Amino acid sequence: MRWTNWALAALLAGGLAGRPAAAQVAPPSPAGPPSRFVVVLDPAHGGDDAGGRMANGQSEKNFTLALSGRLRSLLAARGIQVVTTRDADATVEPDRRAEIANHAHAQACLSLHAAESGAGIHLFTSSLAPAQPARFTPWKTAQAAWVTRSLALAGELNSALQHTGMSVSLGRTTLPVIDSMTCPAVALEIAPERSADHKTTTGLDDKDYQARVATALAAALVEWRTEAQQP
Amino acid sequence: MIPRYQKILFGVLLLASLVMGVALWQLRERAHQRMIAGQDSDPTRAPMVARAEQATLVVANDNDSSLLTQVHSLPLPADSGARARAVLGKLLDIYAAPDAAHPVPGGGNSVTQVFLLPAPPLAGGASPSNAQQTGPQLAVVNLTGSFAASHPSGIETETLTVLSICGTLRANLPSITQVRFLVDGQQRATLAGHADLTRTYLTADAVPAEGAHP
Repeated sequence: MRWTNWALAALLAGGLAGRPAAAQVAPPSPAGPPSRFVVVLDPAHGGDDAGGRMANGQSEKNFTLALSGRLRSLLAARGIQVVTTRDADATVEPDRRAEIANHAHAQACLSLHAAESGAGIHLFTSSLAPAQPARFTPWKTAQAAWVTRSLALAGELNSALQHTGMSVSLGRTTLPVIDSMTCPAVALEIAPERSADHKTTTGLDDKDYQARVATALAAALVEWRTEAQQP
Repeated sequence: MIPRYQKILFGVLLLASLVMGVALWQLRERAHQRMIAGQDSDPTRAPMVARAEQATLVVANDNDSSLLTQVHSLPLPADSGARARAVLGKLLDIYAAPDAAHPVPGGGNSVTQVFLLPAPPLAGGASPSNAQQTGPQLAVVNLTGSFAASHPSGIETETLTVLSICGTLRANLPSITQVRFLVDGQQRATLAGHADLTRTYLTADAVPAEGAHP
């Protein structure tokens, strides 16, 4: 009996001691300063979902996974913690991807895509109308409270990519993955570089092109971290 | 042994039956001829062809990721649903052309039907001002499975297709404020892996501007 009392007291003491730790990882509000800097990378598609088909026959799922790995290495080298929604050729449902991002309490979430149509880099934010943060938010429109921050993140990425001479377009779209994320979220779609007469000058399989994109994204996220950590 | 008078009576009745049968057949033929003669089967009315009208199409361009308005002259039916299907058919015909700036296979037959329903109220309870007179409508666009299967995959191209459809409906039928999509009569998660087809699109979000991105 005495043993059970001691055990109960120890459990209660452990539970009370654990509360401050739980508070430290509370989700950051869109306006409040973050306690740590985490980036979520979401290589789109995977497994049964191959996504689009590149000109060289490569599938979009493999391209985005390779880009995610390259970007993860660059960010880790700069001291940024990275969480990925998939690290292998596996099927991950959109809701599961958003769950991973929301559990990470990230300061930036990038959904990586690729397409043969269009030219340059396309940056998309959610088309949801901005809303005030609430304690409980609908799953399908959870991004609404973060749209303003997402637009700011898209602006940061736009500046860094244009600084390297790449063609960038900004837009709004409806992607279920992004609409359910509670973090500054941007979907990035990489297309071939084209000349004025719309001929392809740099294909998606160009390693130098991929490296330039990843380096520019890493630089933008470092700048984003600097801004986020300012009081 | 049958009496003689019965044989004569049977013969007379048989003969009378034959005569009446022939008379009835002739009367039927005469009535049929009179009925045919009373009908006027000459073509007196030409087939109805809807007159050509100006239709505004919101056309996507992959080269600069823009939505631009184009005015085309095409026959437009009076019925709103048929009119919506006609303008969307023309839009998708443009996309199916060999030199299209937003190439999407399929053409005008990719839109099976467009159903128009009273639009549910928006989240804020407001309705666009241009729809006040006729009442806001929800257009349900039923696409073919082959169109979705052959649509190029990508956020940009799929978003442009969806927004150009919404913008074209708004430009020609201002009472349409909301649009939903079906594929072969069924709800589908995405158009070709990216653009969400489970949500309701507001046509007010698809207003084109010169050189504007979606």
